[in-house]
Amino acid sequence: MKKFTILKGIAAVMPDINIDTDAIIPKQFLKTIHRKGLGKSLFYNERYTEEYNKNVDFILNKDPWSNSSIIIAGENFGCGSSREHAPWALLDFGIQCIISNSFADIFFNNSLKNGLLLIKLNKNEIQILSELAMEKESFTVDLINQKISVKNNEINFNIDPIIKDRLIHGYDDIEITLKNKQLIVDYENNKNKFHIWKNIVYEKK
Amino acid sequence: MNTPKTLFDKIWGDHVISKTNKNQYLLYIDRHLVHEVTSPQAFEKLKLSKRKVRKPELTLGVADHNVPTTLRYQGINSIKDKIAKLQVETLEKNLSDNSIKYIPLTSKNQGIVHIIGPEQGFTIPGTTIVCGDSHTSTHGAFGSLAFGIGTSEVEHVLATQTLVQAKPKNMRIIINGKLKKNVTSKDIILKVISKIGTAAGTGHVIEFSGSTILDMTMEERMTLCNMSIEAGAKAGLIAPDNKTFDYLYGLPFAPKEKNWELAIEYWKKLVTDKGAIFDQEFSFNIEELKPFVTWGTSPENGIAINERIPDPKQLNNLEKRQSIEKSLNYMGLKAGDSLKDISIQKVFIGSCTNGRIEDLRAAANYIQGKKVSHNVQALVVPGSGLVKKQAEAEGIKEIFLEAGFEWRDPGCSMCLGMNPDQLASGERCASTSNRNFEGRQGRGGRTHLVSPITAAASAIKGFFVDVTEEDL
Ligand code: SF4
Repeated sequence: MKKFTILKGIAAVMPDINIDTDAIIPKQFLKTIHRKGLGKSLFYNERYTEEYNKNVDFILNKDPWSNSSIIIAGENFGCGSSREHAPWALLDFGIQCIISNSFADIFFNNSLKNGLLLIKLNKNEIQILSELAMEKESFTVDLINQKISVKNNEINFNIDPIIKDRLIHGYDDIEITLKNKQLIVDYENNKNKFHIWKNIVYEKK
Repeated sequence: MNTPKTLFDKIWGDHVISKTNKNQYLLYIDRHLVHEVTSPQAFEKLKLSKRKVRKPELTLGVADHNVPTTLRYQGINSIKDKIAKLQVETLEKNLSDNSIKYIPLTSKNQGIVHIIGPEQGFTIPGTTIVCGDSHTSTHGAFGSLAFGIGTSEVEHVLATQTLVQAKPKNMRIIINGKLKKNVTSKDIILKVISKIGTAAGTGHVIEFSGSTILDMTMEERMTLCNMSIEAGAKAGLIAPDNKTFDYLYGLPFAPKEKNWELAIEYWKKLVTDKGAIFDQEFSFNIEELKPFVTWGTSPENGIAINERIPDPKQLNNLEKRQSIEKSLNYMGLKAGDSLKDISIQKVFIGSCTNGRIEDLRAAANYIQGKKVSHNVQALVVPGSGLVKKQAEAEGIKEIFLEAGFEWRDPGCSMCLGMNPDQLASGERCASTSNRNFEGRQGRGGRTHLVSPITAAASAIKGFFVDVTEEDL
């Protein structure tokens, strides 16, 4: 996973609530067997007209926001299906950080696993940042010091120290878990004693 | 004395391997379901990292999302879309390379992943069950802790048979009362979501209890738990009882003989203790419940069939107001409209919410001897090969065909429009699925979530019908 320390960039405001994963990346793009290449289809239905022309009213089609690396979104961002294609598409487009009042559970987990930083702020703070974003100000998101700076404003954010540590170092989750392999083996042995009925035994063909 | 525990606390407690950090736990996973859409990247990375599947026998695979619902006897060749076909081929190869059991397209057992899990007895009480799909919550109807995961987590389960999870909170939804005739568990869950909203369950596991739940069949319970995710919950959960055990007895993957007895002994303890504390609680009486229909693009936009579409102007919350105005615009509807006057062009009966035998029975029972309105195309897509076979044996297929419904092969079909079954732009559909998001069933398509009986009756009339009032 890519390490995340400091991000400088432009922020696009998408104030709608309940932006779901179908809107982030519609199902027809889920047929891929790879992670890369989804960025061009991010927010497909809003971004393009039915004739595959750019929708000039959509924020990510307008300069300078076509180069955004941050999205400031309405609450419950990422609700809906569990598709990890949503964070893949956002990252492939260049979005590395999303700020919102709240995020849907599965999307939250999926994003962190891919190094996409999600920051929860209160509505007042989001309002301030949204106005600055609309003025095309450049944002600096400093994960180490948990601080967003824009112009003369500074907003501190909270983040779970474990998540922060993982993002900063770009740790691989599986590697961390496998350090505890013995614990897993012990659990399985124990299970065989007390919950033997859980095992699946295949009948011979 | 021990502190009273919730059902969720008990299952959770029996699966914690270790506490990794503040509110983060390493959790053992007993059952894993995979399908073609969310697994290829997991297997790809597993291979790249030179890791092996830790317990291949605890994973079961099936293809359902991408597959067409016609010409199934051709197997994989029925998939004309090359990219979709490659995805299914990739699934087949990944599973075979890793010695994981696969239910092939041509098998009579093939079907939607959340329908085949219970049917095969792969889903059993007291286990942790995961799948790269949000409607994994369905399996909670059996008293298992079942939740959807992303592809990185799929890879994590394959490699370690564990997941690192924060402990969710406890929510209880108590449902009491006897349902009116032709009102179903689908109407209950649409009502619940319309009241508590799509974000209420965030970070919670919902346990459903109360007299209505005790009266429900396993199929009805699955419909309820299936849509817990639409209330934002991590999982839905119902305590197992004799109905659960009867359903599972003798199924292919269910415990056998001595193990069955040991299992039952443990399963009987899976109830919330008296006095256990829930972080949130809601209570509903459904005696007077009317059939529900959604009018907007969020599952929380539901009303009883005899109500009128609410006026967004009366909302104080500006964001909510704008989002509702936008969705009414998309749906081609106005505040104050009655849904009974709105005509529909498509009807879809199927999906992991309502593609089970009982759903088809209820719908068929209502339409026997009637004809689908000439303006409507109506589809019945059994949730699995076994459902299809059963329906054919019971003569249900004939009833649908005579009424003018199309009878298809199992799969996700029009629930998500990823395969050839889709809505055209502007088309309005009465659908028994679970999501009415913009474009969910096809770009520009307008989805109204309803029960199978309401869907069937609406197919006959060509517009939404109150199935508690009208006998057609
Ligand atoms: S039927 Fe619909 S909700 Fe269920 S698994 Fe398939 S696509 Fe998902």
